[in-house]
Amino acid sequence: MDYFVVLLLFGLAIGLVSSALWISFLLAPRNPGGIKNEPYECGEQTIGSSWVHFNVGYYLFALIFLIFDVEAAFLFPWAVVFREVGFVAFIEAGLFILVLLTGLAYAWKKGVLEWV
Amino acid sequence: MNILDLLSIPILNISSSGWETITIAQRAADALSGNSIELTIFFLILCILITVSMLAGLGMVLIYAERKIAGHFQCRLGPMRVGWHGTLQAFADVLKLLLKEDLVPARADKLLHLGAPFLSILATVLGLAIIPMSPSIQVIDVNIGVVYVTAITGLGVLGALIAGWSSNNKWSLLGAMRAGAQLISYELSATLGILVIVLFAGSLQLSEIIQSQAEGWWIWRAHIVGIIAFFIFLIASTAELNRTPFDLPEGESELTGGFHTEYSGLRFAFFFLSEFVNMFVASALVVTLFFGGWMPFHIGNWEAFNSIMDLIPPAIWFAGKSAFFIFLLMWFRWTFPRMRIDQLMRLEWKILLPIGFANIFLASLVILTKFHF
Repeated sequence: MDYFVVLLLFGLAIGLVSSALWISFLLAPRNPGGIKNEPYECGEQTIGSSWVHFNVGYYLFALIFLIFDVEAAFLFPWAVVFREVGFVAFIEAGLFILVLLTGLAYAWKKGVLEWV
Repeated sequence: MNILDLLSIPILNISSSGWETITIAQRAADALSGNSIELTIFFLILCILITVSMLAGLGMVLIYAERKIAGHFQCRLGPMRVGWHGTLQAFADVLKLLLKEDLVPARADKLLHLGAPFLSILATVLGLAIIPMSPSIQVIDVNIGVVYVTAITGLGVLGALIAGWSSNNKWSLLGAMRAGAQLISYELSATLGILVIVLFAGSLQLSEIIQSQAEGWWIWRAHIVGIIAFFIFLIASTAELNRTPFDLPEGESELTGGFHTEYSGLRFAFFFLSEFVNMFVASALVVTLFFGGWMPFHIGNWEAFNSIMDLIPPAIWFAGKSAFFIFLLMWFRWTFPRMRIDQLMRLEWKILLPIGFANIFLASLVILTKFHF
């Protein structure tokens, strides 16, 4: 039932936003065209498209994030059963995190974490 | 069950023994197994009504509160004109935004530009549904509670990224990239903060996390570890909310509006609404994980004091605690200056993340040695 309600609320959110946008569509004035539809750059003429190459730093951070996020997915079930499993769980997760932290230390050493 | 039984739903549950959570979705399931289709539909509609009224009501109240608090922090009065002390200001704002022209830049990706506000609101609505406001006011209570919350936060990141990218505007692109980098980075720390509480509570379900705090809130019982986790989680959720000092994705003095520069009218209003209501969701999570959710404040076995505290309904406890954290977030905004992107990344990857891991290690040691209250 819980997930059915999630589905219901999913539909609700979509319906809410689309109906509000529809009301606004009916009420609001529409007068597009000309310079109004240009991208806003504080009065400057836009040069070229904005879909350009961007700083590779974002990509590197996303890569490191991916590793640690998967790790978090592993740690959630570990945390739930930790009290029952006890010391063995502690050692295993410790080794697991140690391996990952070595990776983080390597990235740190290589200067990936420096913002340029 | 007839309509009289419906009216006796214990909305303000005051008895200290009756703290079992019954979610609205659970009631609907019960009604369905009791072959009462009308009652099932009634509870499903109640689910929708609670979520919608929370969304709209909180949006209105928080926007008014933010402007009023901002005003008083700067020795201004804030909104005063519409209604008594500007109380109707939020309604006027909504009406204004409703009547504004919906501009879409000519070079934008029209479909994605339209879709982004949907994603933001979706993340907010689904986040609102899981918040336990009192034993009887909780829409859903999935057994993977905190994982669900983390997953929903991911949707919000997508909203900001898509909004910025689809606008085909340089400010928007910069804002979106910053939003992406910032939100995913701080999600890690938020997860590490949550993990400490999951370790102590031994459950992912939000209602069970609250039940585990009947003897005392985790911020107190998990002492040092809990307090470190609390600060990590608070900082990380401030960053995930794009609030000052972490409001780089929209930093208005450098990027005009950041990822929503090209949004106007209601589409802009939806980003704004989701940002404000997310503030409530984050505060509610802080309260649920560290401050006992709707649990009353108890001191040891001081029975007289405890029974007086029990007289205050859980819903009021919850509202009071979350109102405090919302106020704290607004306070941050007028206290800290905005960070630079390199400082932001350094704070997360070189300070918060190592501390977070060390804290997990410490927390598991604390549990192994049973060195907690």
